[in-house]
Amino acid sequence: MTATLRPVLTLAAKDILLEARTKDVLLSVVVFGVVVLVVFNFALDITPALADRLAPGVLWVSFSFAGVLAMNRAFAAEKERGSLEGLLLCPVSGDVLFFGKMLGIFVFMLVVQAVLLPIYGIMFNFAGFTPGLALSVLLVTVGFAALGTLFAAIAVQTRSREIMLPILFFPIVAPTLIAAVETTTAAVNGEGILSSGRWYPLLAIFDAVFILVCPWVFRAVLEE
Amino acid sequence: MAPKLALLIVATALMLADLYLIFIWAPTDAIQGEVYRIIYFHVPLAWTAFLAFFLVLIGSIAFLWKRSQRWDAFAHSSAEIGVILATVVLITGIIWAKPVWGVWWAWEPKLTTTLVLWLIYVGYLVLRNNAPSPAQGARYAAVLGIIGFADVPIIYFATEWWRGQHPDLVVGPAAESGLIGSDIYTVLMFSVLTFTVLFALLLWQRFSLRVVEDEARELTYVAQRQGLFPD
Repeated sequence: MTATLRPVLTLAAKDILLEARTKDVLLSVVVFGVVVLVVFNFALDITPALADRLAPGVLWVSFSFAGVLAMNRAFAAEKERGSLEGLLLCPVSGDVLFFGKMLGIFVFMLVVQAVLLPIYGIMFNFAGFTPGLALSVLLVTVGFAALGTLFAAIAVQTRSREIMLPILFFPIVAPTLIAAVETTTAAVNGEGILSSGRWYPLLAIFDAVFILVCPWVFRAVLEE
Repeated sequence: MAPKLALLIVATALMLADLYLIFIWAPTDAIQGEVYRIIYFHVPLAWTAFLAFFLVLIGSIAFLWKRSQRWDAFAHSSAEIGVILATVVLITGIIWAKPVWGVWWAWEPKLTTTLVLWLIYVGYLVLRNNAPSPAQGARYAAVLGIIGFADVPIIYFATEWWRGQHPDLVVGPAAESGLIGSDIYTVLMFSVLTFTVLFALLLWQRFSLRVVEDEARELTYVAQRQGLFPD
């Protein structure tokens, strides 16, 4: 068990350390998240009355787009430095490579969300920092990280890499997005976790399915 | 007789019989009138599209397991036809929705699921085109073929429950109508059979074509290496 956990943590630590040193991707992704928020305010003219209804959707669009940017960057950097081949040379299984990258992306996205949530809270008069919201963010981010890691690894090796990831990613995570907005709406309206009955199990099942399937096919993606 | 020709004849015969049943034999619906007949295309096409995507899953798993180009050809052909079928499902759905529901589009669970599936498999074809080499394209597509189909039940339930929370989407007198009658059911089942046979024919043709394309590409490559063929 430690034999698998150690390399995973090492891989994730490498990515996190690299980012912590420069923070440039973090900053640009956070700024992008705020920009999306502003654009939506102009596009939808979100008055305080509408905010409760629209805020969850705007929040998750912003998180999704920012997340896709971050995932693209995570693998683009590896590709540019030629370290994808280096990863393959590591004497570890495809599972370890996958979970190492996924953990790095997961932590990164959590940090971005932690910075953006208070900003949204202020702009939309959020009262919703409930356990329900926290659980929702966690579960959805796990799903995003799993599928994002796999698809980013594919997309970065294709010709039109920036556009390929959103094309592949968004249709597959559609159920997660629906569940995310539903649970966030409930949280914003002050309802507890149990009132969003089926959405949390849906998120959990989604995560479970793709945590099982994605690592299995990851090595096939990295081969030359 | 060559098997492909036999299948072509059977498919043609079934389709002619089906067209007769759909347009002449099937009764007129009490509420929807004649426009309901589109169901005899819409539903069988949806079923065959779904079957096509399931076969993409089978082909993708077999390809990643055996690494045989034939399985890749099979998955690719099935995906292409599946996308065409899904496109027609969406178009017939839109055409049917306007007179019956009053709107061109509604985020109704089955339509939404079909749209998301369509996007996933269009992505499959786009990915193949954008891959750095055909071999890598085959591998990436196989991965997507597996992931995409694994997602189907989750997409269906998510859209079903989502729409359950916001049901106010269809308007018009026929919004709540169902179609009843055993004659309608009979024609529907026959249409499903007809379109499944048609799908089998299309898949076989496309698969054979793809195998020949692969051979042509290999021969071209060999000839180029020997300097016999202009680049």
